[in-house]
Amino acid sequence: MMIEAPGGLSEYINHHLKNLTIHFGGGSFWTVQLDTLGVSVVIGVALSALLWACAHRATSGVPSRGQAFVELLVEFVDGQVKDVFHGDTRLLGPLALTIFVWVLLMNLMDVMPLDVIPYLMGLAGAEHFRAVPTSELNTTFAMSLTVLILTIFYSFKAKGASGYMKEIFTVPFGPWLAPFNLLMNLIELLSKPLSLSMRLFGNMYAGELLFMLIAGLLGAGSTILFGLGVFGYLAWGIFELLIIVIQAFIFMVLSVVYIAMAQQHH
Amino acid sequence: MNINATLFGEAIAFALLIWFCMHFIWPPLLNAMTERQQKVAEGLEAAERAHAELKQADTQVADEVRKARQQATEILGKAQQQANLVMEKARADAQAEIGRQQAGAQANIDRMVESAREQLRGQVANLAMQGAEKILQREIGPAAHKALLDQLVTGI
Repeated sequence: MMIEAPGGLSEYINHHLKNLTIHFGGGSFWTVQLDTLGVSVVIGVALSALLWACAHRATSGVPSRGQAFVELLVEFVDGQVKDVFHGDTRLLGPLALTIFVWVLLMNLMDVMPLDVIPYLMGLAGAEHFRAVPTSELNTTFAMSLTVLILTIFYSFKAKGASGYMKEIFTVPFGPWLAPFNLLMNLIELLSKPLSLSMRLFGNMYAGELLFMLIAGLLGAGSTILFGLGVFGYLAWGIFELLIIVIQAFIFMVLSVVYIAMAQQHH
Repeated sequence: MNINATLFGEAIAFALLIWFCMHFIWPPLLNAMTERQQKVAEGLEAAERAHAELKQADTQVADEVRKARQQATEILGKAQQQANLVMEKARADAQAEIGRQQAGAQANIDRMVESAREQLRGQVANLAMQGAEKILQREIGPAAHKALLDQLVTGI
C-alpha cells in the first residue's frame, strides 16, 4: 500500500482526492482536470469504437455474439425510452444509450483497485490522479446541463416560443400570478439537472471515499484490521457494483423523463 | 472538486458521443432489429400458411384415395358382372351346340337303325325262305307261296 506519507490516512485520502490539473488563463475556473477528462474521453472513444464495430456490420440475419449483445443493450434502452416517451425517439434513444453505457463504464472505474491507476500514472509522472470521472462534479454537471439544454430545446420545439413562454408565465397559478409562475418554473427547471448531477456525484464520491477508508484498514498494521479491510473491500465492492448499475440506469431514465416531459403540454 | 473548465470539455465530449451514437450506432442496429423482426414475422406467417396448405393437401389426398378406392371397387364389380355375363353366354352357347350335335347324331343313328332294320328284314325273309325251303323241299315253290312270303315279310 502507499500509505507511507507522514500524515497517515487523512494524508492518503487527501492525496487521492486531488486531481491532475493544468491551469491556463487567470482564476481557478480556467483549470482542466486532465484525469477526469482523459479517463472519460478514453472510455467514451473505446465504447464508441466497440459499439460501432458491432453496429456497422449489423445484419438482419443471424447476429454475431457481439451484435447480439449490443442489440440486447439497444433493445433494453429502447424499451425504457418507449415506456416513457411516445414520439420521435431518434435523439432520445441514442442519448439514453450513450448516457447509460458511458456512465456505467465511468462508474465501473470505481471498482478498479484503488491505487493501481494512480500508481501507474504516478510512474508516468502524474502527481495526482483520480480515475473515476463520475465522482467529479464537473462530469455530472456537464451531462445534466446538456440534458437541461436539450430539455429547453425540446420545449421550444414542441410548444413554440410563444407557447413555451405562455406556459412558463401562466402555469400553474394562472396569468395573474405571472412572476410567481416564472419563479416556480425556473426552480423546477433548474432543480432537475441539479438533482440529476448531485445524485450521481454523491453516490460515486461516497463510494470512492469508502473504498479509501477501507484501504486505510489494510494499512493500519494489525492482522485483524487487515482481514477486516479485505472483507470490507470485497463487501463494499460487491455492493458498489449494484450502485454503479443503478445510478447509471437512474441517470438515463431521468434524463429521458425530463426531455419527454418537456414535450408534453400542460 | 471545484467547477471549472473541465465542465466544457465533458459537455463537448458528451455531445460528441451522443452525436456519434445517433448517426453511426443507433440507426443501423435498430434497422437490423426491425428488419429481423419483420423477417421473423414473415417466416412465421409463411410457416403457418405452409402448414395450412399441407393440411389441405392431406385432406385432398385422402379424398382422392377414397375416390380411387371406390372407383376400383366399382370397376371390380363391373368386371365381375361382365365375366358372369360372358360365362353365362358361353355356357348357353355350349348347351345349344351340344343340343344341336346330339340331335344330328340321333338323326344319324335313327337313319342307320332304319336301314339296318330294312336290311335285316330282307335277310330274315331270305333266311326264312331258305329255312322253309330246306324244311319243305319241293313242296313249296317260291312262285306258289309268293303271297304268303310277302305277308310274312310285312309281318316282321
